[in-house]
Amino acid sequence: MTVADPAIPAVRRSRGPAARERAAWAFVAPAMIAIGLFFALPVIAALLLSLTDFDIYALANLDNLRFVGLQNYERLMTNPLFWGAMKNTLTFAVLGVPLSIAASLAAAVILNARVVKWRPIWRVMFFAPYVTTLVATAVVWRYLLHTRYGVINWGLESIGLPAVDWLGQPSTSIPAILMFVVWKIFGYNMLIFLAVLQTVPDDLYEAARIDGAGPWKQFRHVTLPAIAPTMLLVSIISVASFFQLFAEPYVMTQGGPAQSTVTVLYFMYEEGFKWWNLGSASAVAFVLFLCILAITLVQLAVAKRVGAYQ
Amino acid sequence: MKIRSILLNLAVALIALIVLFPLVWMASVSFMPTGEAATFPPPLVPSRWTLEHYQDLFLNQGMGRYLWNSFALATLATLLALSFTVPAGYAFAKLKFAGRERLFQFLVAALVVPAQIGTLPLFLMLKGMGLVNTYAGALVPWLASIFGLFLVRQYALSIPDEMLEAARIDGASEGQIFRRIVLPTLQPIIVTLGLFVFLGSWNDFLWPLIILTDQSNYTLPVALAALSREHVQDVELMMAGAVVTVAPVLILFLALQRYYIRGMLAGSVKG
Repeated sequence: MTVADPAIPAVRRSRGPAARERAAWAFVAPAMIAIGLFFALPVIAALLLSLTDFDIYALANLDNLRFVGLQNYERLMTNPLFWGAMKNTLTFAVLGVPLSIAASLAAAVILNARVVKWRPIWRVMFFAPYVTTLVATAVVWRYLLHTRYGVINWGLESIGLPAVDWLGQPSTSIPAILMFVVWKIFGYNMLIFLAVLQTVPDDLYEAARIDGAGPWKQFRHVTLPAIAPTMLLVSIISVASFFQLFAEPYVMTQGGPAQSTVTVLYFMYEEGFKWWNLGSASAVAFVLFLCILAITLVQLAVAKRVGAYQ
Repeated sequence: MKIRSILLNLAVALIALIVLFPLVWMASVSFMPTGEAATFPPPLVPSRWTLEHYQDLFLNQGMGRYLWNSFALATLATLLALSFTVPAGYAFAKLKFAGRERLFQFLVAALVVPAQIGTLPLFLMLKGMGLVNTYAGALVPWLASIFGLFLVRQYALSIPDEMLEAARIDGASEGQIFRRIVLPTLQPIIVTLGLFVFLGSWNDFLWPLIILTDQSNYTLPVALAALSREHVQDVELMMAGAVVTVAPVLILFLALQRYYIRGMLAGSVKG
């Protein structure tokens, strides 16, 4: 305050918009450079790489690299192994998304009931598998699913059902892996559903009850409408994550039996880092991306349509 | 009403059993003598408690080395990710600069692109830079976290402009404002993001599997996957390895779960 008045605007001007702009760029630049260099550039390079025949010879000497246009894509379209991987991935997603969302929703509805004791503890406990190391818990589940010594078959036999060769036959390998995946991830969407359910006023349930609605009708007419928008959001995210299954088959089945658990990402990994066909593997990566993008856009369009109704 | 309460509590107990059983079984088997888990019916509690598998892991299988690699990489990834994304997230929320809107739109669009697409070119790039099989190579993807930037931005939007403006009038530089006002305000979200990155790096599999080619650089998940292909029959040894891998992150999560869950919900149920 003792400084002469004209001095204040001068100081302010020297630290004015220009200085602020420079500071902003200094804050933003490192992250932007990193994102550009290690995210955007590789994604664009992947598109270019998918148009070349980059293989182990090109890895040794770049003179062996040739531009081949869409040949990698054409060859993929006629590769039965690739279509097998697409089919398996689709099966994982088509079964896994509804299954995991149903599990999450059921757990959330149960935990949302006031009569349940120690709810905060259950909330954290049910979420815990989500943060565990995927590779480690996949190893654990491989033994739980063991045909002869596994606890799951022991449980089946003790109630009189026959033992199942879970990971040893193509017909049960995907359901077996899905059991593990649902166990691991259901807590995530459960927490999201719980957060939304807690915003539904109790009066609504009270009113429904007075109108004579049973638990099922209350769920259909109060709970479901309240969480419908969230459910769409959650299903979009889930589809994308089911399209990116990799470690589960890598650890539990190594893609077998009879290629029944080779996913698209697993196929890309083998094509790229086992056989070093980097050009063709990049084409796989792009097809995967387009699939995820297409499904996301469809779901967003549906979400908009539904949103317009409300 | 009474019946409904009993049924719901029973359902919760059943879910708890399903959730906890694999983890408890893992810990229990890791203390069993060799071969005990491969009997029928599967035993649930060790007949004799032993630490031999943990000894084997650390003395003969190099588990100490993998544990150190995982710990060092997760710590470095956390520090690097925070120092790259926190200032940027704040700037996107609170500072005006030319091209901000366009950059932001670019980042929103980039969110739908799965990072795995760039895996192969990134590998070739790092190979050209001599970073394959180094910590630096393993850390690179954590620098470019768009998700982290969004998380910080979302939180930083709630900082009142008047507070920043008052500091500017008092003559504070932008750097001082960031250090003295913004960082303390952002502290909860910094803990959350740090926790996300640490757990993410610790649990990551595909990228370390590709980039860390030498066994001495393996992280725990990569080492465990390799070990499980070699020692399929050694259930007890594998369970001990799984315990060593899972226990640190599980403990860390339980200690800081408040931060984790709050951040997770902020990131996904945004208004």
